[in-house]
Amino acid sequence: MMKLPAPRNPMAAYLLTRLRQCVITLILVSVVVFAGIRALPGDPALALAGEERSPEALAAIRAEYGLDDNIVIQYGRFVGHALTGDLGTSSRTGLPVSDAIAEALPVTLELAALSLLFAVVLGIGAGVVAAVRRGRPEEWLANAVALLGLSVPTFWLGIVLVLGFAIAVPVFAASGYVPFGTDPLDNLRRMVLPAVVLGSGLAAVVMRQTRAAMLDSLSADYIRTARAKGLSRREVIGGHALRNSLVTVVTVLGLQLGHLISGAVVTEQIFVLPGFGKLTIDAVFTRDYATLQGVVLCTSAAYILINLLVDVAYSAIDPRIRLGGAAR
Amino acid sequence: MTTAAVATAIRDMRARGTGSAKLKALRTNRLAMTGAVIAAVFVLAALFAPLVAPYDPARPDFDNALSAPGWAHWLGTDDLGRDQLSRVIHGARASMQVGLLAVVLAFLVGVPLGLLAGYYGKVADSAVSRLTDTLLAFPFLVLAVGLAAVLGPSLTNATIAIGIAQTPAVIRITRAETLRLAHADYVAAAVANGGGDGTVLLRHILPNATSALIVQATVGIPSAIIGEAMLSFLGLGVQPPDPSLGVMLSSAQAFLAPAPWMAVFPGLAIVAATLAFNLLGDGLRDVLDPRGGTR
Repeated sequence: MMKLPAPRNPMAAYLLTRLRQCVITLILVSVVVFAGIRALPGDPALALAGEERSPEALAAIRAEYGLDDNIVIQYGRFVGHALTGDLGTSSRTGLPVSDAIAEALPVTLELAALSLLFAVVLGIGAGVVAAVRRGRPEEWLANAVALLGLSVPTFWLGIVLVLGFAIAVPVFAASGYVPFGTDPLDNLRRMVLPAVVLGSGLAAVVMRQTRAAMLDSLSADYIRTARAKGLSRREVIGGHALRNSLVTVVTVLGLQLGHLISGAVVTEQIFVLPGFGKLTIDAVFTRDYATLQGVVLCTSAAYILINLLVDVAYSAIDPRIRLGGAAR
Repeated sequence: MTTAAVATAIRDMRARGTGSAKLKALRTNRLAMTGAVIAAVFVLAALFAPLVAPYDPARPDFDNALSAPGWAHWLGTDDLGRDQLSRVIHGARASMQVGLLAVVLAFLVGVPLGLLAGYYGKVADSAVSRLTDTLLAFPFLVLAVGLAAVLGPSLTNATIAIGIAQTPAVIRITRAETLRLAHADYVAAAVANGGGDGTVLLRHILPNATSALIVQATVGIPSAIIGEAMLSFLGLGVQPPDPSLGVMLSSAQAFLAPAPWMAVFPGLAIVAATLAFNLLGDGLRDVLDPRGGTR
């Protein structure tokens, strides 16, 4: 690694350390993804070709991916292409993998955004109520719902909600996707159930963390001070206790990102949404390895980057993390 | 007898004393005990599935296809007329198998690596930490999908995928415990007493890390059960016609309107199993881990 001048600012030092770790992890991920397809039994050209297995097609694949070159050169080319957005050609559709990803991305992003919104609103709301109404039926109810939310698997909740709200009482649509730009109402009618399904587990985790953090905050000295100053109950809870609890919630959201990505794959499968997850699963079953490679690489890179952003945001909010984290 | 050995003996005695107290505390925890009972039912059903199941889970009976729950078939039958109760019982077997084996795999790989990283530090620590980061960079399902693509979809490969996905957490917890314990007085005493690295790690550090590891196992089992169901649901785990709760849910999707029971009961079984292990785990965590929730 290049030797950088030691920065005087501890925040900058922390950022540099985290950035360096991320770059190393990204490199390792690219090696794993690159090696994965070559770990397949048999000829990688056969794997990349998919169903089309004529000698001419195989020769074309060999030429396109340079499979006869030295493995290190191949890896270098793979990374070079990936950095310029060239992820190869899908053996199923014959189109660039990057195009398929660009088409699937908005669907998954909308699903993720809606489910995050659902999880944050419900989770924080229920968490605050459970903490403020400690020992009352409201707390008991919130805890029970959260435990259920953690134990009910995404895919089953999806099926049950389809049974209830798309078959028994057909309020929402059970499958298919309409872009928001084409018909916003129809889009939402189709996205509500998937968002609830994907967000429910997250809502449960957010609720538990909010409740715990609120209970901590509510017993802190500064809350007593705020009360003594004559602030209203609403100001004390909303302005002081909740604000200090949000740091925890942000971290939890960051930690749960992996679950969100895994959950999106299943949710898209249940509701037949043409997003990233559907693209991934279809690629596995059609042995479309070029697409699979591209999708796995993108997902992991995005995951690493978002985690970095969460860490940075978190340490910017709370300087104690920075010092603790740098000593890791 | 050296002073170090005496100190160790006293500590061991104390540990044993609090051990029975802990068990008592767990036994009075009603929620945890409910969880333990349900979990035990699942384990027994899984062990004795062929004896308990009223029908052959794979035998079709087309005359009775899609029949609603009743006396002959308590949980109804599926589109091929197979008995749902028998399939749920045999499906629980697959769930338990993956739940336990995946956790065992994660521990077999994760504990030694965590001990290594925590005890030797420096190069060993950086190497293991980068490995952990790389594993964590693949969301669970992406990892499982990649493995299924490379190795082919099967119950064994699903178990391996879930085990690998759980390994980073085991490494991190073992590493953290090792770091904490390496500075304990009795470890210093054991080292001064001429104990080799192996003795120190296996006889002094590992036994004292068990509480944290047991707690981690109780988190790991239910998440492996859900993982197996999820992978089988997607077609990446157990392959039909073998019964698995996930496979059952997957085939139920085509018959939601005419036969909702096909989707309801396997799902309830998954919820009951995970809820049971979560309750038991919460109870154990309260008893074993004085610092409260770890995750």
